[in-house]
Amino acid sequence: MLRPFTDEPLAILDRPDAAPPAGLADDDLRRLYELMVRTRAVDEKALILVRQGKAAFYTASSGQEAAQVGSAYPLQEQDWIFPAHRELGCLLTHGLPMEEIFGQILGRMADPCKARQMPVHFGSRRLHIVPTASTVCNHLPEAVGAAYAARLRKETAVAVAYFGEGASSEGDFHAAMNFAGVFKTPTLFVCQNNQYAISVHRQAQTASRTIAIKAEAYGFDGYYVDGNDVLAVYAVMRQAVDQARAGGGPALIEALTYRYAPHSSADDDKLYRKEDEVKEWRERRDPIRRFRLFLEKRGLWTEAEDRALLDRVKAEVDAAADRAEAAPDPPPETLFDDVYAAPLWIQERERAAMLGRAAGRA
Amino acid sequence: MPTQTMVQAIRDAQRVAMKLDDRVVVLGEDVGRRGGVFLATEGLQAEFGPDRVIDTPLSEAGVLGMAIGMALNGMVPVAEVQFIDFIWPGFDQVVSEAAKLRYRSGGQFTVPLVIRAPYGGGIRGGHYHSQSPETHFVHTPGLKVVAPATPADAKGLLLSAIRDPDPVIFMEPKKIYRVAKEEVPADDYSVPLGVARVAQEGSDATVITFGAMVHVVLEAARRLAAESVSVEVLDLRTLLPFDRDAILSSVKKTGRAVAVVEAPALCSFASEMAAFLQEEALDSLLAPVRRVTGYFTPVPYGLDRLYLPDADRIIEAVREVLRYG
Repeated sequence: MLRPFTDEPLAILDRPDAAPPAGLADDDLRRLYELMVRTRAVDEKALILVRQGKAAFYTASSGQEAAQVGSAYPLQEQDWIFPAHRELGCLLTHGLPMEEIFGQILGRMADPCKARQMPVHFGSRRLHIVPTASTVCNHLPEAVGAAYAARLRKETAVAVAYFGEGASSEGDFHAAMNFAGVFKTPTLFVCQNNQYAISVHRQAQTASRTIAIKAEAYGFDGYYVDGNDVLAVYAVMRQAVDQARAGGGPALIEALTYRYAPHSSADDDKLYRKEDEVKEWRERRDPIRRFRLFLEKRGLWTEAEDRALLDRVKAEVDAAADRAEAAPDPPPETLFDDVYAAPLWIQERERAAMLGRAAGRA
Repeated sequence: MPTQTMVQAIRDAQRVAMKLDDRVVVLGEDVGRRGGVFLATEGLQAEFGPDRVIDTPLSEAGVLGMAIGMALNGMVPVAEVQFIDFIWPGFDQVVSEAAKLRYRSGGQFTVPLVIRAPYGGGIRGGHYHSQSPETHFVHTPGLKVVAPATPADAKGLLLSAIRDPDPVIFMEPKKIYRVAKEEVPADDYSVPLGVARVAQEGSDATVITFGAMVHVVLEAARRLAAESVSVEVLDLRTLLPFDRDAILSSVKKTGRAVAVVEAPALCSFASEMAAFLQEEALDSLLAPVRRVTGYFTPVPYGLDRLYLPDADRIIEAVREVLRYG
C-alpha cells in the first residue's frame, strides 16, 4: 500500500530497483508509452494549427503526459471524467478519438459537442467525459454528484475530477472536497500541480505544504506523487480508484509536474519564469524520456521501435487532423439548438429572423 | 379534494414525484430531519430515506454543483436553496453549468434539475431574506423560471418543473406560504409551464404580475372596481418563457398595461414587459406601460412596508394609464 500525506512525492522510475507496479504487464507498459507519445504528437499538431490560424486557441499538455496518462489508465469504461483544460492525455487514454479532438479544436462538426466551445473544452457523453467550463473548478462538486448518483443506482462507476493547483484556491474546491468527505462518494480529485496558474507560482498560491495534505482536513487520503513518473502516478491512482470503487470513499491525488509551453497560445511565459527552468525540466525530467529509458533498460523497447512508433503516430495524427478539418462547420440553423430540449418561442422568432437575414445576404 | 396551504402543496408535489419516479431526489440544507426551515420537505426523509432526501453541508455551491452532477448521471434532483438571497455562492453553478451544459455538450448532456427557493419581501426579513432576483435568471438562456401564486398552481407547476427536461428555478413566494388554503387536486396533477392565468377578468387595464404580488394586485383591483374601473389581472406563473399570447391578447383587449414586480425597476421583468409590449402591441396601446416596482435600494428591515409595491401604488399607476386618450 502506498502511503498518503508524504512530504516527498512518491516515485518509482528513478529508483535502482524500479519495477512496474502490480497489474501492469509488458503490453501495458508499451501502451502507456504509446499514449504519452501520442499525447505529445497531438499537442504539437494543435500548436501548428494555431500558428496556421486554423485554431483560435490552445492550452498545451507537453511535459504533463505522465500525470495525464498514468492517472486515466486505471479507469474503466463506465467511469466519469470531469476534465479541466489540460487533460489531453487523460482523454486519449479514456478513448476520445483524435478526430473528435481535432474537430473540437478546429470548431468543426467532427466535435460531438457541435463546436459550441472554444478549443480544449472536450466532451463525450458516450465516454462519460463532461465538457469543461472555462470557469475554474466548478466541475468538482459535479463529480461528487455524479459519483453519488452512481452509488445510489448501485453502479460501480467512479468519477474523476481534474484540476490545477491554482483551482485549489477556489471555493468550489472546498465545497466539493467537503461534500465528498461527508458523503464518502467514489470521487477522485486529481490535481495536476504544474506549479504555475498562468503566472502565479505554486508558492504564491497556497501556504499549504502540499496540495495533497488538504485532504486530511476533509477526512480522506491525499497522495503526493511525482507527476512525471507514469508508473508512480498509475500506482497511486490504481490504489485510490480500487478503494473508491470498493466503497472506501474519495481520495485526492496531487501529481507534481511542469508544463513546457506557456499557459495558452495567448500567454507569454517569459514574463514570469526563466528559460533555464523550463530547460531543466525539459532536459532532465521529461516524463516520456524517463519512461523510455526505463523500458529500454528492461529490454522492452528499442530505438528502431521508437522511430517506427513516432512515424506511425505522426501519420495517424496528421490524418485525424485532416479528417476533422474536412468536416463541415456547424450549420447556421443549429445556433439555437440544444439551449433547451425544445426551442422557446423567443428563440423560434430569433432563428427565423437570423436565417432570413442570412438568406438575404446569400 | 383536500385543502392545502402553498407550502403543503409544494411538499405534496415532491412526495408525489418521488413516489412515482425513483430518479427524483431531494437535497439541501436542513431538508431531511428538519423537513426544511419552512417545512416544505417535512416527512420526506422518513418516507424515502436519507439517501434520497439528503441533508447536505452548508454550501449552496456544493448543493447545486452536486445536484447538477446527479442530474448529469441520470437523477432528477430537486435542490432547495433556503432563501433565494443565499443562492449567490452557487450562482456560478446555475448560470455557468446547469444553464449551459446541454448547449456546450451539443445536446449530449442534460440537466433536468429543479432549484426551489423561497423569495420575496413583506416578512420583515431585511435584505437577505426578502429579495426577488428573477431578472438574473430570466436573463440566462438555458434556464426556465417559474413562480406560483396559489397552492394548486404551486403543486401543478412544481410537478411540471420536476418533469421538465431543462433546469427550472422555482421561486416560491414565502409570504403567502401559509396565508390561505384552497382545494388542491390529490395525487399526480400538473399545470403546464409557459401558460399564464387570468386571475381576474377586466376590460379597462391589464395588470401583469406573478407570485405574492398577484394578491396585492387583486386587492387593488377590488378597490378600483368600487370606482367602476375594471382591471384584468394576469398571473404569469412562468417568467421564462413568459406567455406571449396571453399578455398580448389581454393588452390588445384593454389597451393599457401596468407591470408589477417586487424587484427594483432597472432592467426588471417589468421593464421587459414594457419593452415587449411597445414592440409587439404598440398599435393597441392607448397609454405608456407603467411599472410598479421595489425601489433601487437594498430591501430595508425597518421600512419594508414602504419598499414593496402596495395596493395604493398599483391603484395610482392604473389611474395614470387610464388618464390617456
